[in-house]
Amino acid sequence: MKLLKLIPDNTNIRFLRWRVPFYAVSLLLMALSIGLVFTKGLNWGVDFAGGQMIRVTFTQSAEAPVAELRANVDALGFGEPTIQRFGKPNEVSIRMKLPEGAERDPALSDTMARKIIATVQTKHSDARIDGVDSVSGKVSDELWKTGGIALVLAMIGISIYIWIRFEWQFGVGALFALLHDVTLTVGLFALTQMEFDLNIVAALLTLIGYSLNDNIVVYDRIRENLKKYRRMPMPELLDLSVNETLSRTIVTSTSLLITLVALLVLGPDVIFGFTAAITLGIFVGTYSSIYMAAPILIWLKVTSSSFVQQESEMDRQERLARGQS
Amino acid sequence: MLDFPRWKQAWYWFVTLACVIAALPSMLSLASVPWPSALPRPMVNLGLDLAGGSRLLLEAQSEQVARQRLETMEESVRARFRLAEPRIRIGDISSRGGSLTFMVEDPGQVDAAREQILPLTSGAGLTGQRDWDIKVEDGNRFILTPTKAGIDQAIDSAMETAIEVVRKRIDALGTREPDIRRLGDYRIDIQVPGLKDPAALKELLGKTAKLEFKLVDTTASPTDIAQGIAPPGSEIVPYADPANAANSGGVGAIAVKRLGGIKGDQLTDAKQSFEPQTNEPVVSITFDQQGGAKFAKLTSENVNRPFAIILDGKVLSAPNINEPILGGSAQISGSFTVESANQLAIALRSGALPVDLKVVEERTVGPDLGADSIEKGMIAMLVGTVALMTFIVATYGRFGVYACIALVLNVLMILGVMAVANTTLTLPGIAGFVLTIGAAVDANVLINERIREERAKGRRVVQAVETGYKEASRAIFDANITNVIAAVLMFLFGTGPIRGFAVVLMIGIVTSVFTAVTLTRMWVANWLRRARPSDIVL
Repeated sequence: MKLLKLIPDNTNIRFLRWRVPFYAVSLLLMALSIGLVFTKGLNWGVDFAGGQMIRVTFTQSAEAPVAELRANVDALGFGEPTIQRFGKPNEVSIRMKLPEGAERDPALSDTMARKIIATVQTKHSDARIDGVDSVSGKVSDELWKTGGIALVLAMIGISIYIWIRFEWQFGVGALFALLHDVTLTVGLFALTQMEFDLNIVAALLTLIGYSLNDNIVVYDRIRENLKKYRRMPMPELLDLSVNETLSRTIVTSTSLLITLVALLVLGPDVIFGFTAAITLGIFVGTYSSIYMAAPILIWLKVTSSSFVQQESEMDRQERLARGQS
Repeated sequence: MLDFPRWKQAWYWFVTLACVIAALPSMLSLASVPWPSALPRPMVNLGLDLAGGSRLLLEAQSEQVARQRLETMEESVRARFRLAEPRIRIGDISSRGGSLTFMVEDPGQVDAAREQILPLTSGAGLTGQRDWDIKVEDGNRFILTPTKAGIDQAIDSAMETAIEVVRKRIDALGTREPDIRRLGDYRIDIQVPGLKDPAALKELLGKTAKLEFKLVDTTASPTDIAQGIAPPGSEIVPYADPANAANSGGVGAIAVKRLGGIKGDQLTDAKQSFEPQTNEPVVSITFDQQGGAKFAKLTSENVNRPFAIILDGKVLSAPNINEPILGGSAQISGSFTVESANQLAIALRSGALPVDLKVVEERTVGPDLGADSIEKGMIAMLVGTVALMTFIVATYGRFGVYACIALVLNVLMILGVMAVANTTLTLPGIAGFVLTIGAAVDANVLINERIREERAKGRRVVQAVETGYKEASRAIFDANITNVIAAVLMFLFGTGPIRGFAVVLMIGIVTSVFTAVTLTRMWVANWLRRARPSDIVL
């Protein structure tokens, strides 16, 4: 039986030779993402901006009467609604932002939602309300804060764990790779203007977890090789470690992508943004574990001696156990 | 490595089977197959985003609790001083800035006044803390300021009552299994699955249902009322219905006496009925004995004067008292429809909310959208899993088959654990399943790649497999810990659906290590012992 091999045996790509240009490009992309977030801004969803997202299906129509619907909701005087199709042609979402000064009246968003729903139902007899998300300004502020705290804590917590398990340089490398992944993904949301809501924060947290998966596998191999080949120059050793784990990296990323693509294409429309964010993250995360997390170890001067000293006691016991002198 | 004692194997199989059996009822119910009711029935709950339903976050207006306490305090102080012997006269009462201030007219009575107030200000709790601080300035000016402990206690008890009232009202709508809990200091989180009409529920919860009967101050002139000027001791209250306002002077509001009215919180029953003469929908209320006595006293002392029926700060109607109402029951009219009269009856029966509740967040998912999400999610999961398995078997052959069996068992085990722990499956939770499937494979990928490497280095089969599992386990462990960190944070900081995602992730991390590492190792070991292959295809 012949088995599938995505990466041939003894592959030796000299990834690290291009570390400087790649790092430069990555830093540029990160700067660009941050710039995009500040200039174009994110398309904040209901969770973070407050307001309403109301999903309507027009059961008797082949296509939703978007123009008419827009005019009807606009006439309420709360501002212009964003009406988007989702799923089938007769399914739309009506998105309303909270007007200025809405934080003074906590019930405003609910009042708006009630009036919009009442209008839609009286003006369109076949309208079926499939979903209502209505968030007041105060609650959206809180969701924004807790979401941000969760992200920052996750990045810091995970980096500290890596620091404890490996060395401080590895922790810094992991933190940097995570910043890279999160920044780029958020940047892509700014670029595409896809809606950024609470689900996306969950996606980012997931992405942080799984991007770390890759980092850890590579780091684990680097640590192992540092003990094994004490005289090998760092760039060469990193290349070796990345190449040795390359097959695993690619097979795992492919596995994740297979399930994610199934979810993107066939899954519920409601979580499209969520799945899209994680899918993007798989690409970015795989790249960053090779080009962000590893080269930083050279610049932070990780050498086998600094590592082995720390672990010498464990090492010796291991050697003794193996019966070597 | 090959040494797997029989008891260990039996134990592993027992754990696996137990989880799988626990998953059965949930699986069957998704496929609409009934589960014998005689058997225990652990179930995975479907979240609102899948089952359809509403989540409402209600917020109490905290200033209101404080304001009401000041009002009650003012009334109590007045009552005590009036009854004091000799009577204590006070003036210049105001309740600005969150404190109640007043002057005792005769400075000689300051000590007597303090004596009278003292019992009102000690805490109702057992802590012995004071609810109010008493301060006397300029010799005879009293300042009563609520203490932090007093405010907290008042809010606590208000929220407790509010939750009870909310529960009664939701029950009155006939909805099944609502989940009502307090969130933080001022909020109530309500989850009602399968709700048909969330608008009706919101309407009902939005009613504070504070019913008051107050005497109309007939001395106030309509022009004063229009300008918002009330005679001393009176206040201006707007009409609920503009049409009603038109036939009462056209001002849209009337002046009522601030004190001396009665509250409609002492009811034993309230129901919708019809006014016999006009056939107009009304709400009939029945007072309890004490309330009935108060109502009888009020109506007998004020025959031929109008009194206002006030609901939540708005006048429903202001009929004339034609004769004393002694029977302890009354009718409330106020241009109702049958529906609105019925709603008011429910609200009155469940009691008044001690505070206004505002809906600050709503998430409603219709049953159709939920069903659509389940169907699409399941299809995506099925297709994704099959495609993934094909890929894994093509890549790792026999070892891939082991990985795939582990995967299926992993999904069943997660479901089983979720059912036993009675957790909720949400839409992001389904995504969590899909993702866990992908991630669980990673463990096997790590192990198999390592075995491949060790074989390439020339190690013998058994040794290669052994090293593969040992060396890969370290990275698997570290990777899973980091995922646990992310999942725990998601659980702590996330709301409903996201929490569902985190739950699946956390359970999945534990079960996947068991299935992908422990179980596959057992199978590989059994195979190696039985077949003793000199080479493996990997």
